[in-house]
Amino acid sequence: MIPSAFEYARATSLDDALARMQAANGAGKLIAGGHSLVPLMKLRLSEPQLLIDISRIPELAGIRERDGKIVIGACTVHHDVASSALLHERCPIVSDAAATIGDPQVRNRGTIGGSVAHADPSADMPAVLVALDAEIHLKGPRGWRMVKAGDFFEDLFTVDMAADEIIVSIQFAPVRTAAYAKLHQRASHYAIVGVAVALDVANGKIASARVGLTGAASSARRLTAVEQALAGHAPSSSEAESAIQAAGQEMDDLNADIHASADYRRAMIPVFTRRALLAAAARA
Amino acid sequence: MAHVSMTVNGKVRKGEVEPRMLLVHFLREQLLLTGTHVGCDTSQCGACTVLVDGRSAKSCTIFAVQADGAAITTIEGLAKDGQLHPLQEGFWEEHGLQCGYCTPGMIMSAVNLLNETPKPTEQQIREGISGNFCRCTGYQHIVNAIQHAANKG
Amino acid sequence: MAASPVLPKLVGERVKRREDPRLIQGRGTYVDDLKVAGMRHLAFKRSDVAHGRIRSIDTSAAEAMEGVEAVFTGAQIAELLAPMPIGTPFPSPPHRAVAADVVRYAGEPVAVVVASDRYTARDAADAIVVDIEPLPAVVDPELAMTGKPTVIHADFPNNLAVALVPSGTGVGADGSVDDTAIDKAFAAAEVVISQRMMNQRLVPNAMEPRGVLAHFEPGKGSMTIWSSTQNPHILRTMIAAMTGLGQDQVRAIAPEVGGGFGAKINIYGEEYVAAAVSKALGLPVKWIEDRSEAFVATTHGRDIIGYVDVAARRDGKVLGLKLRLIADVGAYNMLLTAAIPTLTMMMANGTYDIPAIRTTLTEVFTNKTPTDAYRGAGRPEATYFVERAMDMLARELKMDPAELRRRNFIGADQFPFQTQMGAVYDSGDYLKALDRALEVSNWSGLIAERDAARKDGRLVGLGLAMYVEVCGIGPSSSLPTGGWEHSQVTIERDGRISATTGASPHGQGNETTFAQMLGDQFGVPIEHITIHHGDTGIVKQGIGTFGSRSQAVGGTALHLAGGKVKAKMAKFAAALLEAHEEDIVFENGRIGVKGAPASARSFAEVAAYAYVPVPLPPGLDPGLSEEAFFEPANNTYPFGCHITMLEVDRETGEPRLLKLFAVDDAGHLINPLIVEGQIHGGLAQGIGQAMIEEAVYNDDGQLMTGSFMDYALPRATDFPRFELHATVTPTPVNPLGAKGVGEAGTLGSTPSIVNAAVDALAGFGVTHIDMMLRPEKLWRIIHGGQA
Repeated sequence: MIPSAFEYARATSLDDALARMQAANGAGKLIAGGHSLVPLMKLRLSEPQLLIDISRIPELAGIRERDGKIVIGACTVHHDVASSALLHERCPIVSDAAATIGDPQVRNRGTIGGSVAHADPSADMPAVLVALDAEIHLKGPRGWRMVKAGDFFEDLFTVDMAADEIIVSIQFAPVRTAAYAKLHQRASHYAIVGVAVALDVANGKIASARVGLTGAASSARRLTAVEQALAGHAPSSSEAESAIQAAGQEMDDLNADIHASADYRRAMIPVFTRRALLAAAARA
Repeated sequence: MAHVSMTVNGKVRKGEVEPRMLLVHFLREQLLLTGTHVGCDTSQCGACTVLVDGRSAKSCTIFAVQADGAAITTIEGLAKDGQLHPLQEGFWEEHGLQCGYCTPGMIMSAVNLLNETPKPTEQQIREGISGNFCRCTGYQHIVNAIQHAANKG
Repeated sequence: MAASPVLPKLVGERVKRREDPRLIQGRGTYVDDLKVAGMRHLAFKRSDVAHGRIRSIDTSAAEAMEGVEAVFTGAQIAELLAPMPIGTPFPSPPHRAVAADVVRYAGEPVAVVVASDRYTARDAADAIVVDIEPLPAVVDPELAMTGKPTVIHADFPNNLAVALVPSGTGVGADGSVDDTAIDKAFAAAEVVISQRMMNQRLVPNAMEPRGVLAHFEPGKGSMTIWSSTQNPHILRTMIAAMTGLGQDQVRAIAPEVGGGFGAKINIYGEEYVAAAVSKALGLPVKWIEDRSEAFVATTHGRDIIGYVDVAARRDGKVLGLKLRLIADVGAYNMLLTAAIPTLTMMMANGTYDIPAIRTTLTEVFTNKTPTDAYRGAGRPEATYFVERAMDMLARELKMDPAELRRRNFIGADQFPFQTQMGAVYDSGDYLKALDRALEVSNWSGLIAERDAARKDGRLVGLGLAMYVEVCGIGPSSSLPTGGWEHSQVTIERDGRISATTGASPHGQGNETTFAQMLGDQFGVPIEHITIHHGDTGIVKQGIGTFGSRSQAVGGTALHLAGGKVKAKMAKFAAALLEAHEEDIVFENGRIGVKGAPASARSFAEVAAYAYVPVPLPPGLDPGLSEEAFFEPANNTYPFGCHITMLEVDRETGEPRLLKLFAVDDAGHLINPLIVEGQIHGGLAQGIGQAMIEEAVYNDDGQLMTGSFMDYALPRATDFPRFELHATVTPTPVNPLGAKGVGEAGTLGSTPSIVNAAVDALAGFGVTHIDMMLRPEKLWRIIHGGQA
């Protein structure tokens, strides 16, 4: 319940935050909403010596459209993502997924950047960002860097981000025909299995698909095999159904815990792929 | 130690805190506002819910230093000049509480819900309080209480 | 003269609670809201290991920390505290508040820190280094009872806490066992149902974790102890005994208590330690439980295996029932641990007149948190076993489940009914409750709805369960503390009423219900009445709130005390009005002569006269304050019928509760609004057991469901609206005709849901599903995977 002691500083700008991180020389950790970090600190599973608060840096929050891409500031809270009129209109998979995170109080504080940086294997956003082929824009002492979502989530709580980098924004081309479907772990509300499907539909057929999976393995990933199998077929076709049934079946590193065995997760991947795909197609 | 200053229930309140002091402990132990309760240590039960800058938040998952400069509303700040808030009236009329421990946090979450959705459906109410556990009531009278307040307002 | 307002009748009405104004404003005072000048904080260091020998414990780093007052190891606490008392008669192993040599469950305390604030106390506890040599751990009671892989208590071979106690037909008072009747019943059977059933372990999780503040005052030699407890009088008695103080030297106070559900009956090591440390140091000390601690340090509920055999004729008449129980009590006996499974034995026949019943009980130690009472405390388990068995029998006989019940009920004309286990059911009309449930649920309509859904390919099921509950505990022979309740009713000088009750409510609303009773009894406004509880300094006698006894036992004591005061007040009024005592009437805040309303004096005027009695009527002393003890001659037996409709998602196996109808009979109800709340809460926990909650241990004795991240507590989104109805069959056990209702909701709901799940999945050949109804478990039934 009680965290270990630490120092606290508030960054006034992005560059100020970077400077403080550098000066801390590895002992610093960023805090925005804190709803991934503070629970770990209270259980003393994380004991940073310095917290650098970036939650009030204006350039890090907000949702806007720029050059055909949606740009979400890393410190945008899930509630604002869930209720964004822009996202409802142009890319509802993101607002829908944000609305399933945690509960109302968590959504008022937790941020998209924090969730992405923390990379809980059962978090919702990583699957969605992977399916949207989103870009994670980072800034560090060495300058700007962009990493594609599919490359960003490497392993259990492990992301392609240096200790002295900050996620600044998440950017993606909006896709209307996309949806997220999730099997809830009843206690935590995290995903036992969560599948995000983004479709490019032309003439009633899936021209291309991107499928992001969370909950099932150590990190969110693309299911490239099912993406390829879906291409060229109508969403409700028997070919699409065959592709769906094979979704994730090649995986050999599925999670197992008291809530769900690996076998059960394996069986649920096609179920939620189908649900997400049909919901996405219905948006065409 | 850090110096914090925040507006709590409309008054400026200050304190000296270790950075690791949780907002809920600051409210309870330094400001003696003991209406906000601690019910868990994994940020789930919602007994500690307050409003931070107008939005519900779990005060056990926020450090007091993070709330420096913020406006906080606790359960003690709801009634105005002896007049109960419609939600407080609703909980009383509809037997929306038994042991009372989850109640302050539950009411603050309901405030947030009705601020966003003044006339919620039953499903919206149940989802709106999905971040608050109650072990006593089975939630039905709580839903009735929130409906009572929504109908009033 | 202004006409006095006609006061509304209170008993039987949905009166708003008088507790609420403070609680809805956040002005209730719970233990952690209390401060005493000079107070220190306790934190416990607990074992991570489920079974082990403490090789060494190094407290030096903790002791050296700034702000640390003292650190006590188990050996040091043993100098202050004897092993903890246990309230059941079975032989029990000694149980120290803080372990000194051997730890027997993960979470058992090994040291305690006293520090200036809770943050420092936690830092210091973490700095204590304990070296524990692990011993094999056992979590399976059926393995533990063979003595393998380890014996947890040296004097209890095969880990048997209680070794095979029989009860029922053919079991003599001397313990002799004659199997003739039970064997005959099974020999005559045309059908026999046999099933092993698991009633799984649960974590009570009241929303307020436990806490205690002990304040020993050296100059006075007396102690005040506040605790989040269901029974301050029992706490006072135990703390006094354990700290070498007299009962007159300890005051125990239950302030606002944020839920108990049975888990706050026990007097815990942390309470004894706080008292002993406060006395040793001459300082007030407070301990507040973290939720993570609550998961391992507060007693768990249930965890009992039942091997059920039912012998019946093809026409549905049940000839015999066997129930072999194996209870996993965890590592130690707590205050009432050993008694809880005996209640399962006692209620094994449910609502049925079964001519031959044999129950046996074995209680087994394992390396888990000890169990004790949890809402229903043994009776939900009994109800589950018998109602699942009846459902299996109905399915085997292809008989409507309601019809099977009808053919076996104890008839309404058979009360009081003595069961084969010796329980005497006070009153009941099970047929009426069943028929009411079928009517209000539109049973045939539900069947049609289910069948239509099935045609659409949906997996929908219906479940029905009867229950009879034993509560209103009870005769003093059944409780080591005595089973009475006490009340003192005082009419104050100004005509207001103060009453004390030994009941100690923690959500039950007795400040309202008891005021309703006195308001009607004396004809005064409810606002003029204050009910005092929870403080042994004010409430001189009491037992506490558990076993759904506050209304049946506490309310009756209140009623009797009120009656005594009223009789005396009538005498004063008669003297004042120069009338006969028998002609005095109390109504609308006035006391007058029957038939002569103009004669009436205000209640306050008569009260004032009693305190300044000039002249003093002959035969009376001044004042208006009388007390009563009520010793019930029997427990009470509420009953009911719960019906549920459940759907299972064919693809995921997720169960979803669609509808729940509850018919409950608790006799006369004082406040139907409060009763509904109690039933809702019980239903929520009963549903929780069936499909949401389960305490899971791994083979090393680690609690895998050690937080709300893994142990799901029901949320508002988990339930449909419950539909409640009542029948009223008063009890002859008390003059109020009131039974008890606090726990009843847990009894019928759980088996009716499992019955519905089996109904939903019967097409896959399943006849029983163990709880909880996990999605994966149901999915495997549907899709034929290996369990």
